[in-house]
Amino acid sequence: MSKSEKTETSIIYKASYGSVPRKEDARFVRGKGTFVDDIALPGMLCGAVLRSPLAHARILSIDTAAAAAHPMVEAVITGEDLAERGMAWMPTLSADVQAVLATDKVRFQGQEVAFVVARDRYSARDALELINVEYEPLPVLIDAQTALDADAPIIRDDLASRTDNKIFDWAAGDKEATDLVFEQADVVIAQEMLYPRSHPAPLETCGAVADLDEITGKLTIWLTTQAPHAHRTMYAMITGLPEHKIRVISPDIGGGFGNKVPIYPGYLCAIVGTLVTGKPVKWVEDRSENLMSTSFARDYHMRGEIAATKDGQILAVRARVLADHGAFNGAAQPTKFPAGFFHMFTGSYDLRAAYCEVTGVYTNKAPGGVAYSCSFRITEAVYLVERMVDLLARELGADPAELRMRNLLRPEQFPYTCPTGLEYDSGDYPKALAVAMDIAGYAELREEQASKRERGEYMGIGVSFFTEGVGAGPKHLMDILGLGMNDGADLRVHPTGKAVLAISCQTQGQGHETTFAQIVASELGLSPDDVEVVHGDTDRTPFGLGTYGSRSTAVSGAAAAVVARKVRERAKLVAAAMLEVSAEDLEWADGAWRVKGDPEQARGIAEIAMAAHSGLDLGDGVEGHLDAMTVYDPPNLTFPFGAYICVTDVDPGTGQVTVRRFIAVDDCGVRINPMIVDGQVHRGLADGVGMALMQIIAFDEHGNCLGGSLMDYLLPTSVECPSPELGATVTPSPHHPIGAKGIGESATVGSPAAVVNSVIDALAPFGVKHADMPLTPAAVWCAIQGRPLRSDLALR
Amino acid sequence: MQITVSVNGTDYTRVIEPRLLLIHFIRDELRLTGTHWGCDTSNCGACVVWLDEKPVKSCTVLAAMADGRRVLTVEGMASSGGRLDPVQQGFTQCHGLQCGFCTPGMMLTARWLLNHNPDPSDEVIREALSGQICRCTGYENIVRSVRWAAKHEAGGDQS
Repeated sequence: MSKSEKTETSIIYKASYGSVPRKEDARFVRGKGTFVDDIALPGMLCGAVLRSPLAHARILSIDTAAAAAHPMVEAVITGEDLAERGMAWMPTLSADVQAVLATDKVRFQGQEVAFVVARDRYSARDALELINVEYEPLPVLIDAQTALDADAPIIRDDLASRTDNKIFDWAAGDKEATDLVFEQADVVIAQEMLYPRSHPAPLETCGAVADLDEITGKLTIWLTTQAPHAHRTMYAMITGLPEHKIRVISPDIGGGFGNKVPIYPGYLCAIVGTLVTGKPVKWVEDRSENLMSTSFARDYHMRGEIAATKDGQILAVRARVLADHGAFNGAAQPTKFPAGFFHMFTGSYDLRAAYCEVTGVYTNKAPGGVAYSCSFRITEAVYLVERMVDLLARELGADPAELRMRNLLRPEQFPYTCPTGLEYDSGDYPKALAVAMDIAGYAELREEQASKRERGEYMGIGVSFFTEGVGAGPKHLMDILGLGMNDGADLRVHPTGKAVLAISCQTQGQGHETTFAQIVASELGLSPDDVEVVHGDTDRTPFGLGTYGSRSTAVSGAAAAVVARKVRERAKLVAAAMLEVSAEDLEWADGAWRVKGDPEQARGIAEIAMAAHSGLDLGDGVEGHLDAMTVYDPPNLTFPFGAYICVTDVDPGTGQVTVRRFIAVDDCGVRINPMIVDGQVHRGLADGVGMALMQIIAFDEHGNCLGGSLMDYLLPTSVECPSPELGATVTPSPHHPIGAKGIGESATVGSPAAVVNSVIDALAPFGVKHADMPLTPAAVWCAIQGRPLRSDLALR
Repeated sequence: MQITVSVNGTDYTRVIEPRLLLIHFIRDELRLTGTHWGCDTSNCGACVVWLDEKPVKSCTVLAAMADGRRVLTVEGMASSGGRLDPVQQGFTQCHGLQCGFCTPGMMLTARWLLNHNPDPSDEVIREALSGQICRCTGYENIVRSVRWAAKHEAGGDQS
């Protein structure tokens, strides 16, 4: 074939965005997924963790002799054993330290005390029963609101400088300007509210299989992690093993929602287990261990204030927060943001000023704090501002939807720098709210509500509007333990034009194998079937910080588009050689490089790839391949937004709430696969129902966790969740290569406020203005009686 | 003790501890890992398999109780020729799964439902699945998946 001969065969381009079925499904519907607990290696041992029954106690002695003598036991490891390796403590993602196995005292119920390695699962559990730990109980601090009292027990006496339970004070916004607006405002409303402790509870619990090859010195760890690369770096730092001798494989992950971002003691125990025994060691926690010891979410004690004119112009918002971080500060978030992105509590409104103060404290509760699809605490922020707006509407006698419509940022205000400093990239907020009100039939709902109230029936209509900031983040602003939050991508195009994209982030159900193939296919004029996505294996993928904070599409998705464009530019040079024209004479159109003015003269990626690897003279300095790599540093966060309306019916006799309808209009920018986007929203709405009505990790006065099983920690099922009604607007991100913003957490961020606003709206005839989540029948009934419950403590 | 269990049409004879749970027999002894374990307390249903003709939560059944009986797991849902069950097809067509962890249990319960009620309402589908937890889908697309399967079975659609 001469260089100029035209080929028509391989220029096949179809727009590859759209609701195509997922590549992942083929293995999952056949039961052929590979989750961590599915890994079985020859000679593999099983580990189990002994946990503290007490929330705060000094360890006097640990007797492991009987356990070690168990015929099936190969090793028993205590904190003292770890101390000899310098591994009794590990760094957390918030630059605190956390005990791997307790050496001095235990600081929460369920804390890790010893690790048994045995030849099977059941024997490991048996051996735990043979370990005798002598504890001296200490006073327990469970209520964050007393953590800073002078007589509070000091939890972190391991830290030499620690004389109280304060972790940090943090503030954002302009205090003076905000105070001034408040002083001069017609209307000021304040409300105390609790966003109670919750738990992501992915259906697959956390676990690891660690396998040291004693000959090569290579440690392979199959791990339930959302951030395999960050974990590898951390394990290198903690164990002292060289980083290139550590391979983290994050296989299929049974849901994460933030729960699988941190490093847990069990992971390190499995690693030490294989180092000690020389055999592979599996550790998989049970459900109670997951709920009682791994990263929780929320636990924000908040005071919100809103200032407005008497005719309903919102002027300023102020917040004071007490943040309960548990016994170790294990929050996973950008280092410079100890309260995450809580300072987005300015929400979606055109404010003159805003200010917040956040104080973090230690308590005798499990560590964590940023988990559960919260977009780094924007969930708490949205809840605060959306409750305050509803309280303002009540005070003014205004309709909550109309009040929002009046105060929402206008499209022409973007890019908009909010009073606490974040720059919202793009938005058309009134449009999203209008679409939601239209789907809901908002006016008719209000009429129905009025007529029902006359009959003594209580229905509620709850509105919420949210703005998220996702896709952390710009390297100059955001890092975790010094690691900038950028993502690599590596794209190889084989000679026949089939491509392999290696990405650093890790799917836990979001469908990356499908959507990332769609991104690359769209950029290169290929079919998504021709693009294989490799992820979750640090030996096969470039470095990046992982999947959380809705950052996959926002950061890694951008990297995928950018690396595909690099391939395209490389292909341009080859196409020029093939067509014997200058590269400047080519333009990319309809999935191929075409000669300007003569578009029939064209070459697609597949034939270009073959030519690149052929003997064709490509010209000076042009390498014979199309492969490329990139590292994407986002210039800003992306800012998805949405309007939600929840309709509830409340039985005042029992306090039972039924969610009748849930309308969600999301704007996540360009949608790569709308089917997957809708699926993400469905999940988040279920989270909203669960958090608002059912889920809480509460404690009694001894520090006993009252949400330690799924019999106590109630997750929504198919009968509690409504059939959602979804709408969409599309406002592309101006700085993201494909205009996408991210959708993974939107509905979890936006929906709890809609549910609570709806229930409080239903209870308006009883004079109820606020009640804390979860709005269980008991909580609703007590609110109606004028005796609101404190939901997080079983204290008298 | 020694038991013989027919799993997906194949007889397996094993010597087991009497306390061994059926979920661990299936996963660890037979290495059929499509059945998942999620809670310990019979709440989540990730471990649902059929014991004879009924879905059970295999984390709450002793392997010994399955002696001489038939077990169906997700690996046995497709025909011997590899043709997917309409329920499996429905989950793929309607995005009825995300992480895939609850999916085997959901599909086995759905299969049982459709065998007994070929045209269930959404409400009946939701009731049938209410003993199982999905953390990813909010259930809507699972309901649609089951409905898809019902429709395609009723219509005799062999595509």
